[in-house]
Amino acid sequence: MLSIKNLHVSVGDKPILKGLSLEIKAGEVHAIMGPNGAGKSTLSHILSGKPGYTVTEGSVTYFGKDLLEMAPEIRAREGIFLAFQYPVEIPGVSNVYLLKAALNAQRKHHGLPELDAMDFLTLVKSKVKLLQMDEKFLYRAVNEGFSGGEKKRNEILQAALLEPKLCILDETDSGLDIDALRIVSEGVNSLRNAERSFLMITHYQRLLDYIIPNVVHVLADGRIVKSGGPDLALELEEKGYGWLEGRAA
Amino acid sequence: MSTSAQEIENLISQEYKQGFVTDLEVDTFPPGLDESVIHRLVKIKKEPDFMLQYRLQAFRHWQTMPEPDWAQLHIEPIDYQAISYYSAPKSKKDGPKSLDEVDPELLDTYKKLGIPLDEQERLAGIAVDAVFDSVSVATTFKGKLKEAGVIFCPMSEALQEYPELVKQYLGSVVPVGDNFFAALNAAVFTDGSFVYIPKGVRCPMELSTYFRINAANTGQFERTLIIADEGSHVSYLEGCTAPMRDENQLHAAVVELVALDNATIKYSTVQNWYPGDKDGVGGIYNFVTKRAECRGQKSKVSWTQVETGSAITWKYPSCVLLGDDSIGEFYSVALTNNHQQADTGTKMIHIGKNTRSTIVSKGISAGKAQNTYRGLVKVAKSAVNARNHTQCDSLLVGDKCGAHTFPYVEVKQPTAQVEHEATTSKISEDQLFFCQQRGLSAEDAVSMIVNGFCKEVFRELPMEFAVEAQALLGISLEGSVG
Repeated sequence: MLSIKNLHVSVGDKPILKGLSLEIKAGEVHAIMGPNGAGKSTLSHILSGKPGYTVTEGSVTYFGKDLLEMAPEIRAREGIFLAFQYPVEIPGVSNVYLLKAALNAQRKHHGLPELDAMDFLTLVKSKVKLLQMDEKFLYRAVNEGFSGGEKKRNEILQAALLEPKLCILDETDSGLDIDALRIVSEGVNSLRNAERSFLMITHYQRLLDYIIPNVVHVLADGRIVKSGGPDLALELEEKGYGWLEGRAA
Repeated sequence: MSTSAQEIENLISQEYKQGFVTDLEVDTFPPGLDESVIHRLVKIKKEPDFMLQYRLQAFRHWQTMPEPDWAQLHIEPIDYQAISYYSAPKSKKDGPKSLDEVDPELLDTYKKLGIPLDEQERLAGIAVDAVFDSVSVATTFKGKLKEAGVIFCPMSEALQEYPELVKQYLGSVVPVGDNFFAALNAAVFTDGSFVYIPKGVRCPMELSTYFRINAANTGQFERTLIIADEGSHVSYLEGCTAPMRDENQLHAAVVELVALDNATIKYSTVQNWYPGDKDGVGGIYNFVTKRAECRGQKSKVSWTQVETGSAITWKYPSCVLLGDDSIGEFYSVALTNNHQQADTGTKMIHIGKNTRSTIVSKGISAGKAQNTYRGLVKVAKSAVNARNHTQCDSLLVGDKCGAHTFPYVEVKQPTAQVEHEATTSKISEDQLFFCQQRGLSAEDAVSMIVNGFCKEVFRELPMEFAVEAQALLGISLEGSVG
């Protein structure tokens, strides 16, 4: 579904990604680990279309289409979802309003009729129940006054509703205590199926105890320097990243 | 500049959908203003004698006054002799007795604006007075209102039918010499709405006036007077549009509200005068004096305004809280885009005991626009236990606009409590990207964020108006994304 080939990305004159290649198939869960400054967040941003990055070389193909040509909202409607590391607050806009606008934008894009208020509420409430969340969540302003854990759960709720094909989790574990981490991970696991792929970006092996990946990649200095099974994460936890830096995969 | 800053930039060139001109046969005075114009006006409108004296006094006073220059506005000099002070669609008879006699061209105009005057078509129970240039062309639901004892009619008609009532209250809140534009208005006002709610009556429907400027080179000077007698209640709505023209046009209105004991007046405005084009050519100069007097005990006046139009807005709906325990409220959204300028706010004058006031002001500035909040909270020595809370928030869209806040507070009574809160924020690129990543276009994202910012004010608007106001904000921010 997603094929990244020899991707080079710069911010201003500074190269961040230097020839990254990655293949993700439908239903797979990939974890990207790596030291600070390796380009992990840049990868999530470039896939979701955040402005401010320049692609100098390489390609990204998503279901056979050139992903880099698409506007960020088109990528979203085509099924790419980014769970943000730092979800923003939108004062005065209720969660339920944002969710409805987002879902209907997606449906319209696919030529489906927009859901009316009743049908939408039934649907969103079923998702809230699935994630064992409080319905009051829906009527609070987007992320305003939310705790770190609530913000991350809110991201997962959005994913549950929008049913993406590729879900990118950008350091979803950061700022979470053990209980919140478990709850959020359960939410993610409930979204796993044979069609949906995940790209998990994390510093720590801890998250991978809860969400078990098919493949673990190590990103260092703008490239993937090693890939392996879940065991690789344990090895990294033990040895650190130093022994891999400077190695090409 | 990054892409999304560019997008914000693109978002804010706007389209004005009410900018068409209606082609009608009109009676228009030649441009210019002197005492003979006032004599002609009084004659053509068949006004009682006291009005001639009232207008001449105002005019003579106006001639001695300088134009105000204290506002945070850049105004091209206005040539008051180049403006025509009267323009009215030519009527076949003395004036339409019913909607059937109204020129179909006019009815069409209002239909296009989304205001069908045909009573049968109205689903919601809202009575409408339609003011076209200098005259009122139709008022709906008059009969039903009369049954409740409510008077709702054009000001020109009120001067003929209820001269004593008008004489008693006209100019009692905004005196003829109050300010430059109010004096000009008193001298030459042509029409507007008159409302009287008798004792103990809760007005059975929302009242609304729809102002439309059509003719070129004319000024619109409307005068509205609302009197809520003891224990009565009324909700009044006002809407405004004008065609797109390259010249600036002057709109100098005066609105006076009087609330007696235990009376409540809720006054809502959606102002969408033509704002000028994206380069700042044309647009309405909107210089308005709006003031309410809470004369009676426990009376209450609530101003809610959504100001999205006009090249220049100069407007401070105010409350004089005379009666003990009276309440004044001001909820405002002012959006300026492109080259629009707004200097707007309120005055709350506490005189009675235990008087309370609330001010919530939301200023949104986009493009190269300048948006100023100017407010005065004054607590007189007599106003024991007066309370005020002011909240004043500004939102900036893009990086070429400005927001300014000038709060004045004068307190002469030691038991008074006055609070002022203010914030300034910007639509961040992170907010915009977050919304886009959820599938919203940049345009919809900005509109959603701005609507969220204005929520506290919108919930004060009557339902139909809240929907209209939200849509209007969307349109006013509309641009060329994608």
